[in-house]
Amino acid sequence: MSGVTLEKFSYDNKIVKYFGAATLIWGLAGMLIGVLAATQLFLPEANLGNPYTTYGRIRPLHTNAVIFAFVGNAIFAGIYYSMPRLLKAPMWNKTLSWFNFWGWQLIILSAVITLPLGLTTSKEYAELEWPIDIAIAVVWVSFGANMIGTLLTRREKHMYVAIWFYLASFVTIAVLHIFNSLALPVSFFKSYSAYAGVQDALVQWWYGHNAVAFFLTTPFLGLMYYFLPKAANRPVYSYKLSIVHFWSLIFIYIWAGPHHLLYTALPEWAQVLGVAFSVMLIAPSWGGMVNGLLTLRGAWDKVRVDPVLKFMVVAVTAYGMATFEGPLLSLKSVNAIAHYTDWIVAHVHIGGLGWNGFLTFGMLYWLWPRMWKTNLYSVRLANTHFWLGTLGILFYALPMYVAALTQSLMWKEFSDMGRLAYPNFLETVIQIVPMYMLRAIGGLLYLSGAIIMVYNLIKTAGQGIFVEEEMDEAPALAKYQSQAGEYWHRAWERKPIFFTLMATVAILIGGIVEIIPTILVKSNVPTISSVQPYTPLELQGRDLYIANGCVGCHSQMIRPFRSETERYGEYSKAGEFVYDRPFLWGSKRTGPDLHRIGGKYPDSWHYHHMVDPRSMSPGSLMPPYPWMSTNTLSHDDIGAKIRTLQKLGVPYPEGYDEIARADLEKQADQVVENLKGAGIEVAPNSEVVALIAYLQRLGTDINKETADLPIR
Amino acid sequence: MQKEILRTIENVEIYPLISLIIFVLFFIGMFWWVVRVDQKYIDHMKQLPMNEEHQKTSDHETNKN
Repeated sequence: MSGVTLEKFSYDNKIVKYFGAATLIWGLAGMLIGVLAATQLFLPEANLGNPYTTYGRIRPLHTNAVIFAFVGNAIFAGIYYSMPRLLKAPMWNKTLSWFNFWGWQLIILSAVITLPLGLTTSKEYAELEWPIDIAIAVVWVSFGANMIGTLLTRREKHMYVAIWFYLASFVTIAVLHIFNSLALPVSFFKSYSAYAGVQDALVQWWYGHNAVAFFLTTPFLGLMYYFLPKAANRPVYSYKLSIVHFWSLIFIYIWAGPHHLLYTALPEWAQVLGVAFSVMLIAPSWGGMVNGLLTLRGAWDKVRVDPVLKFMVVAVTAYGMATFEGPLLSLKSVNAIAHYTDWIVAHVHIGGLGWNGFLTFGMLYWLWPRMWKTNLYSVRLANTHFWLGTLGILFYALPMYVAALTQSLMWKEFSDMGRLAYPNFLETVIQIVPMYMLRAIGGLLYLSGAIIMVYNLIKTAGQGIFVEEEMDEAPALAKYQSQAGEYWHRAWERKPIFFTLMATVAILIGGIVEIIPTILVKSNVPTISSVQPYTPLELQGRDLYIANGCVGCHSQMIRPFRSETERYGEYSKAGEFVYDRPFLWGSKRTGPDLHRIGGKYPDSWHYHHMVDPRSMSPGSLMPPYPWMSTNTLSHDDIGAKIRTLQKLGVPYPEGYDEIARADLEKQADQVVENLKGAGIEVAPNSEVVALIAYLQRLGTDINKETADLPIR
Repeated sequence: MQKEILRTIENVEIYPLISLIIFVLFFIGMFWWVVRVDQKYIDHMKQLPMNEEHQKTSDHETNKN
């Protein structure tokens, strides 16, 4: 390479340090909130006696904090470190880097403020309201622009596989986020989903499933393909396998998505081909895991002593376990048992604590000494962290599996008489309370380990000198001359913009084949003539149900199993949800399903149950909501809400927004009257009145004659 | 339940079929390419994360000895 002038440039370590520090701070916060939420599941009093720190609101705070704050900042830290080095060029635009950093932290901060206040869309992992959604889109696009700018100014001709993963993650998350967040605002803090019922559920889980793939998996695979070889000081075991891994993961979603939804509609030959491929598809994920582990071949002696490698080995193993369990859970028979139970909670925590958490820890333990040009302050503390973390994962996951199986089997057990063996839902909950306690201990162990890490890293930074800009030099990128016999793929990955476009096309094809049937669904949901829009008071009650995160513990979806129809009543029909914006099917039953709760108990039962659940159900784990009987609603927004819903196509009569308030007050007076009959005095504009109206409406429409309905 | 509704859409099976065929064809093409790809290219790519410390990047395409 003689005669080539080397260009000097530097890598920005400061931005990596900031993202790394944010990872640590938000990580501790997110885990602490997790432990608090876990504690409330056996000790409801741990809600600290106010709505802001009660389970329904801090559960989404926990998931948002660990996914978007902890994992998100870790992704940025890893990418801002590895990408410039792999491309031999600093990040394209420093202003954009800092905009990315501060923008992201502000978004998280606004989540920390709005979620406890109950400002939420209640769609899982997409809870934040529309102004924050727009901010997320802007910051995310600035991050993508910075990556693409760096690619255009690079000095290394080829893009290493890690960068493919980064690019695909960026593009896909942008598409998913925008489509799933479509909503019509009522006010600055409230919006209604652009989709309703079944369609909303399909879009939400299209988002939910793929967001797990492209936020928690692909960016981390990119980080694995960079940091694992660096830490082991040997190149990745098989680069070819990593290419197969990448393209199969990207394309898996175009096949697996519709496959989950419409498998049974396929012709025979396609089903056979489909099954063959589903089995084959475990191969790329496992190929990725094996690739990671085999990178350590001949270096296992290092794994014994190097905490960085220990963390990474467990992370990669957890990835393998979670990606094996995932397809297993999608099998109809397994799903029938696992759905709504703690199995899903265990599954996501194997991924979250094991894969994301441990890979992040490994990466930070590797980065810190390098950026401060020193050694790790204490290897012993890092090893302690490793063991605490590993024990934490075990103490978390194992009790959850036991709890899930125990409870699920109890739900489904019938006595010799052909009746439910455990007709009282609460019995099945009380049975697993010890498991919930063990789980909280697991979380606490994991958190303690993380605290030790923070101490260790602060000490490491203290003993070294931070290198803000790391110098490097490389020749400029020569103008490319095409060579005969070159394959298309190599040409592609030399053209980053084109490559990004192709990856976008790949995921868009997947998106389109999944989304078109979803759009067609709307006109295919059989309408039930007796199902009518919510009355204004019920709508207010429903929005309270959303604001308090009731959906975190209660499903509204009775499956057509005998064990469910015996317990809850008639199974849920698609046509019953056409006015549900957003849908509230839920994904976990810590409490019973509520879809047929309407009319099951008198208003007074609900009043007492909300104020003190244990007065009605001794031993209940539901937190008390005494403030709901004293907090009042102004109802000033009801007109705007009705107008917004009308725009979305809900058939309220024209001009109904003007008289909605009067209707609301009439219904509220009726509830107050009912409660008075049971000796309860409550103001008609109190929260509990609206909530009772909503709960009493739930699932009752199918039994009604059309003429009885409140709004016509 | 979603499945039942989706199934009522006319010709809905065409969507998973399209996705399956695109995926199978792409997968076979990609696999064929990976098997046949130039080993030098693979070696170069493998080394990318490793050769940061020594700045002289070896370029397998211009350095065909």
